[in-house]
Formats: sequence, C-alpha cells, structure tokens
Amino acid sequence: MRAYFGRRYTISASHRLNTDALSTQENRAAYGKCNNPHGHGHNYVVEVLVVGAVNPETGMVINMVALDNAVRSRVIEHFDHANLNLDPLFVNRVPTTENLCRTVFALLKDEIPVGKLERVRVEETENNSFECEGE
Amino acid sequence: MIYLTRRATFSASHYYWNPAWTKEKNEHVFGRCANRNGHGHNYTLEVTVAGEPDPVTGFVVDLKWLKDIIEREVLAAWDHRHLNLETPDFAAAIPTTENIAIAAWKRLEPSVNAAGVARLSRVRVYETPEIFAEYRGEP
Repeated sequence: MRAYFGRRYTISASHRLNTDALSTQENRAAYGKCNNPHGHGHNYVVEVLVVGAVNPETGMVINMVALDNAVRSRVIEHFDHANLNLDPLFVNRVPTTENLCRTVFALLKDEIPVGKLERVRVEETENNSFECEGE
Repeated sequence: MIYLTRRATFSASHYYWNPAWTKEKNEHVFGRCANRNGHGHNYTLEVTVAGEPDPVTGFVVDLKWLKDIIEREVLAAWDHRHLNLETPDFAAAIPTTENIAIAAWKRLEPSVNAAGVARLSRVRVYETPEIFAEYRGEP
C-alpha cells in the first residue's frame, strides 16, 4: 500500500533579503525589516514528506534512520548555524524561504534511499510556511 | 470541495518486531523500537474528510458526528492499550506509524463514507510532533 512518511527537522540560520536588481530604496520597500543591513535569523522547521509502498517486512515506507542520515548530511549540516546569504547556493538568489524550500527539495530529491520525495515544507516562523513539490 | 479535519489524541504502547527475523536482525533494523518490553507515545490522529458544504447548514459534516466516529472506531480500541498485544489490527502487521495510519483508515472509512455526505480523504498519525505518517486510501 502506498503511504506517506513525514519528519520535521530544525535549522537555525540567518539571512538578509536584498537583491542587486533593486535600488536601496526599492529593496527597503520590497523587503521591509527583512532588509536590515546585518541580517537576522530564524529557527526554520523543515518538514520532509516521502511517499512509497509500505514494505511488508518492516511496515515502513522508509527507515527513519536512513531518512535522517540523508537530511542531516545534505541539508542540516549544510545550513544549520550558517548565514544563508554567504552560501554558494544563494550567490545570485535571495534567500527567501521560497527559495530555501526549493533548494532543500533539490538537495534531497535524489538522496532519498527508499521511496520518493513528495514534498518539502519550510516554516520560517510559526505563522508562515512554504511548500515545494518539485514542479 | 472542502477538506475538513478533526484532530484526536490517544496514548498507546507498542514495539517493532518481525517474527520472521532473528533477534539480531530485529534489533539492527528497528533499534530501540525492538525492545520487547515496549514503549509508548502520545499519538495525534488527524482525520480529513472531503465534501461540499450543505446548502442549509454550511457544514461538510457535523464535527460532533465525526468526533463520535473517531472515538468509537479508533480511540475506544486503541487508547491506553498495547497495540501489539491488545488490538487485532496489529496481530499480523507491525504497528509502525504507517501501519497505524492504514489501520485507522480501515476503521474509519465504512462509518465516514456510509453517511453519503463526505468521503474519507486522509488520515495522518503523529507519533511525536516530529514524526508522522499519512494514508490516503491508495492501493
């Protein structure tokens, strides 16, 4: 039977929303306090959803340890306690949570050892969240 | 189409064990979950039904009706029970979060769909706030 397994992880990181494509005033208008010059941080929650057949021997879509290892090595160790603006993956991209969500999906897409990555959800705060299904 | 979700909690114990495997293999695959003394969780169950709001009441379904079904079909059987030892659902299936979601679906679907006003759409089970599984009735 096809089922879904989901796991939530936390990443603490800093960022500043600013793009060279806009003037100082335009950046200020577009990003508000997220444009403050020295950046700020969040405890991001990254929710990973894997779809696949439930293995009749284990009762699992994916062994959580295997998923944890993939997410830890590809995502958590990459972004946790880092400045997203300085990350090579955000050289020419504003580290909005939309872009972070897409980046996490791309980093994990081919690293899920069993089943398929269905969706990545990133919660920037308790009040806003973003989802990416790879399309 | 509107999706309506009702949440409920239950507390239960379980262990992971495949009787076709050796003790060593069970412990290797399932880790601490293979401890035969069992352990427990506060599970959260989210039941989502899909339907059109009734033109008179504005309800997809009456939430009290859905709550009663969840309590009768799932909580009465599983709350404060040992899932491996006391529930027929897991006589042959390991009570992983995935299998708990599937078993909850099987318990809920006849009653939810019998009323003819909404269809069971999704069952999500949280084992902890960070671990969950979902079943959508797919084969």
